[in-house]
Amino acid sequence: MGFHRINLTVNGEMEQVDVTGYMTLLDMLREKLVLTGTKNGCAAGECGACTVMMNGEPVNSCLVLAVECDQALIVTVEGLARDTQLDPIQKAIMDAGGVQCGYCTPGVLIASRALLDRNPDPSESEIRAALVGNLCRCTGYIRIIEGVQEAAKM
Amino acid sequence: MVQIIGCENRLTSIVRLGISDRLEEFYNTMNAYPGLPEFDYLKPETYAEASEFLVTHAGEARPFIGGTDLFVQMRDRVLRPKYLVDVKGLEGMDEISFDNSGGLTIGAGVNMNRLIAAPEVAEHYQILAEAAQSVASYQLRTRATIVGNICNASPAGDTIGASLLLDGMLNIYGGQGMRQEALSTFFLGPGETILQTGDIVTSIWFPRPPDGVKGKYIKLGRNKLSDLSIVGVTAVGYPDADTVSGTHFKLALASVAPVPLVVEKVGEILGVTPVTEETLKDAAEAAMEACTPIDDVRGSARYRKLMVRNLSLNALKDVWHQLSLLNA
Ligand SMILES: Cc1cc2nc3c(=O)[nH]c(=O)nc-3n(C[C@H](O)[C@H](O)[C@H](O)COP(=O)(O)OP(=O)(O)OC[C@H]3O[C@@H](n4cnc5c(N)ncnc54)[C@H](O)[C@@H]3O)c2cc1C
Ligand code: FES
Ligand code: FES
Repeated sequence: MGFHRINLTVNGEMEQVDVTGYMTLLDMLREKLVLTGTKNGCAAGECGACTVMMNGEPVNSCLVLAVECDQALIVTVEGLARDTQLDPIQKAIMDAGGVQCGYCTPGVLIASRALLDRNPDPSESEIRAALVGNLCRCTGYIRIIEGVQEAAKM
Repeated sequence: MVQIIGCENRLTSIVRLGISDRLEEFYNTMNAYPGLPEFDYLKPETYAEASEFLVTHAGEARPFIGGTDLFVQMRDRVLRPKYLVDVKGLEGMDEISFDNSGGLTIGAGVNMNRLIAAPEVAEHYQILAEAAQSVASYQLRTRATIVGNICNASPAGDTIGASLLLDGMLNIYGGQGMRQEALSTFFLGPGETILQTGDIVTSIWFPRPPDGVKGKYIKLGRNKLSDLSIVGVTAVGYPDADTVSGTHFKLALASVAPVPLVVEKVGEILGVTPVTEETLKDAAEAAMEACTPIDDVRGSARYRKLMVRNLSLNALKDVWHQLSLLNA
């Protein structure tokens, strides 16, 4: 099986990567670009731990082929902060206590950032609906939701 | 290839594999979440090129759009194509268009979030947006498409009921050029459709819906959100002077027959006499009798039947209520 050469932008950096047709975006990020913030929880679109932004919209990176990302703009959890300045969603979820083991957190942050980008003032039910695809077995979700509400005010 | 049955323990599976089987199979028995099997990826520039490749590699190649069904089936080794043909970049796949006389055309590559957000869908085809909204999660819907949902032909497909009741037609590129197929005769069984090797669905088309159409989708899942349905009920109704009742009702059921099921009898019962609590109950009873569910991990056949009756009644009542507000 051949390799495909793709060019893409990841967290503002141009990257050129050789990938097989069957490599997922998740595996490319973690194994080729060593961006291990993005997690693998199920590899089947169920848990949301692998959520990244692709061309401004959140996707389950376990269900996207790396080769489909030629010319794409990808943002992972590593790309949320600017220099030493955390993104408001990172600060708010930390302050609200919305992180315990942290495994779901990268996906939660990206899905929440994407929600606030398309709807800067979401209601509680809109926040819940936007995070349906992000499973968290630690926090019970309440503090995550509070964090998103706080971030919306920042 | 050896089939590994879920309830077997791993040791038995490994023994059954035999020593000459590939290392990958061994690895997969040890790994709860194996990656995708090897395949090559193609992105043709024209329909002709894509279709020809699918024909010359029959049995080895498959088209895909979002991959949210296909990749999971491949990950689970249910399917093992050698080639995946990415068709979403082809001409017109990305377009959504509506005009009052011509109806609505949704390109096969339009993802569900775009469909839900489209003002023309919200205004004229609200039941389609409602059904799409019930699929999985926001991030999955960035990739999932309504045409993929239909081509996958799962009896549980959430957008299929609405598409059937809105008289959807698929535009298909195949060996003989373009053709149209009605959804009503598209499904043959679970995962089986009338599509031939080399066929590529380019878009789905809906006629302009009848004036005053109202709809309701009720999805019963194991949890409130983001699960496949145990039972799905789509109901639509619209004012119709040609019926005794003055209203035409239609009902479709998901997950309770080998194919998505339209219950014709519902329209008949609610057309010939004025609509009352009693006739609505009769229609819901007819829906229960029409379905042929099976037992599976999500629910027993008996439970499904009873839920079809109860939820059909709720959905029909809801539509009736919406229609009476229209007349008020
Ligand atoms: C975690 C998870 C949750 C899900 N939840 C739901 C749910 O709640 N409700 C629901 O209904 N579904 C659900 N699904 C299933 C799936 O997301 C939907 O069926 C989706 O709409 C499929 O669209 P797709 O574009 O990704 O299809 P793909 O996977 O790309 O394709 C599906 C099938 O159609 C064929 N195909 C694709 N495009 C074409 C074409 N243009 N011409 C001919 N054949 C084609 C493919 O070969 C394949 O067999 C879920 C899936 C996952 C992974
Ligand atoms: S790892 Fe992608 S959704 Fe779970
Ligand atoms: S913090 Fe542990 S899974 Fe969410």
